[in-house]
Amino acid sequence: MELNDLIHHTGEWLRGTGPQANIILSSRIRLARNLTVAPFTSRASKKDLDAILAVVDSAIKDIPLLKDATFFRLNELDNIDRQFLVERHLMSHDHASNPQGKGLVVSQEEALSIMVNEEDHLRLQVMQSGFNLAETWNAMNTIDNALSEKLPYAFLPEYGFLTACPTNVGTAMRGSVMLHLPALVMTRQINKVLMAISKLSFASRGFYGEGTQAIGNFYQISNQVSLGHSELDIIQNINGLIRQIIEQEEQARQALLVQNKPMLEDKICRAWGILKNARIISSQETIELLSMVRLGVDVGLVTDLDPKALNELFIMIQPAHLQKIEVKKLSTFERDTKRAQVIREKLNGRAV
Amino acid sequence: MKCDKCAKKATVHLTEIVEGKVMEMHMCEDCAREQSHQMEQQFGLADLLAGLTDFGKQIPEAQKDVLKCPTCGLTYEEFRKFGRFGCAECYVAFKSQLKPLLKKIHGSTAHLGKKPVNVVETSMPAAAVPVSAGIQPPKAAPVPLTQLNAIDALRERLQDAISREDFEQAAELRDKIREMEEKG
Ligand SMILES: [Zn+2]
Ligand SMILES: [Zn+2]
Repeated sequence: MELNDLIHHTGEWLRGTGPQANIILSSRIRLARNLTVAPFTSRASKKDLDAILAVVDSAIKDIPLLKDATFFRLNELDNIDRQFLVERHLMSHDHASNPQGKGLVVSQEEALSIMVNEEDHLRLQVMQSGFNLAETWNAMNTIDNALSEKLPYAFLPEYGFLTACPTNVGTAMRGSVMLHLPALVMTRQINKVLMAISKLSFASRGFYGEGTQAIGNFYQISNQVSLGHSELDIIQNINGLIRQIIEQEEQARQALLVQNKPMLEDKICRAWGILKNARIISSQETIELLSMVRLGVDVGLVTDLDPKALNELFIMIQPAHLQKIEVKKLSTFERDTKRAQVIREKLNGRAV
Repeated sequence: MKCDKCAKKATVHLTEIVEGKVMEMHMCEDCAREQSHQMEQQFGLADLLAGLTDFGKQIPEAQKDVLKCPTCGLTYEEFRKFGRFGCAECYVAFKSQLKPLLKKIHGSTAHLGKKPVNVVETSMPAAAVPVSAGIQPPKAAPVPLTQLNAIDALRERLQDAISREDFEQAAELRDKIREMEEKG
């Protein structure tokens, strides 16, 4: 697989199906792993980093499950390509911004990615569409077991998997779920919910990047604690919390439909109209309008739209994607124009 | 609406919860990106640093410089500053400092999750054998947790006594450690 093969479709995790796919965009499991054979990344020499890249590369080639995965050395990619991989949620900003000695493994359907030499030697990520943490964990566990047969993981029975940061030690696992919560936002209940989440020592962030931006009414909720519970316990705890949030979002949607139907319909239909017709549009406006259209699909107001096409737009309208599609550098104005065109083509099903 | 940080138009609106209070921030795309980088770096560190600061007070000044990972050379003082370990062996080297810290971060100090497939039941880091000729094993042999020397064991009991506020026993242990160190 070449990097450019990724451009015209998006990862499996965006297909918009799976349990509770109306509210839950995706489920994700991340694991941190280090090898005993070198210091952690921050104290590793260039030679150590190169050696780790080589060992991981050969381990991947040795594992039948991963034989179709592609290994990228980040210093061989240009800025836009690296940004493109960040926009696809395959790696972190930090990983992209300092490419020396760093690698990225991406599986065929983008269900799996492994950052090599980020803060830890390995940062594995498995993503699936919908509310599916337990199954996502099973997929991750299989891959992790296969890797642990080839690579000497740093592990102590007492503390579990050893990580550069003590906040990750133990299972070294973060499970997270991306929720779309427009009704909780519109009914101004979201802060109450977020506050409860932080009290329960779960973290919430936004869809783009690891900051806390909650643009497009997307919230990513994950566990904070990684030591003292099994992986399945942690997942069950997240699941319990997520089910409560889903219920509250559903109630808020019902309340809006009963009490404020014309307002809600107006918001959704205007968003739909603008997206299908705009000639110049910023990413911020796009994301807010896409969120409304997504709600429109859920409540049955927008009927002739494939959820996958809609999910893909959230990814495609980002700067590096637009520039990869156009195959050249674009100014902000050019991007806003190109973005509007990409959206029109996708939503109208043809060039307009 | 203007960006909280500069004069540009605010297009990103964040809601953040700090110590139970809801904070709203309005920023332009540039400042928001900057902010998001900072948050990424700070992720998980707030609790940790609080734990470390408390903890730093309990380490006698003289011990601070001495406490050092024999494998990667990271001192406990450096760990305290940056919040990151240098290698797997740091977990062994800083063992007695680690317990209260992990308790603070995770509310627990014992791993209950999975093990690597081929791990042997031992308190040594798994397989300190190079998997390719390209990688050298750690410079110093890893110290098994079970064979931590007697001084370390006493230090651990000292930490324990301090955290229980049993200062009488703590003083006794401190003298014993000093005695052994002088002999050592
Ligand atoms: Zn600004
Ligand atoms: Zn070390």
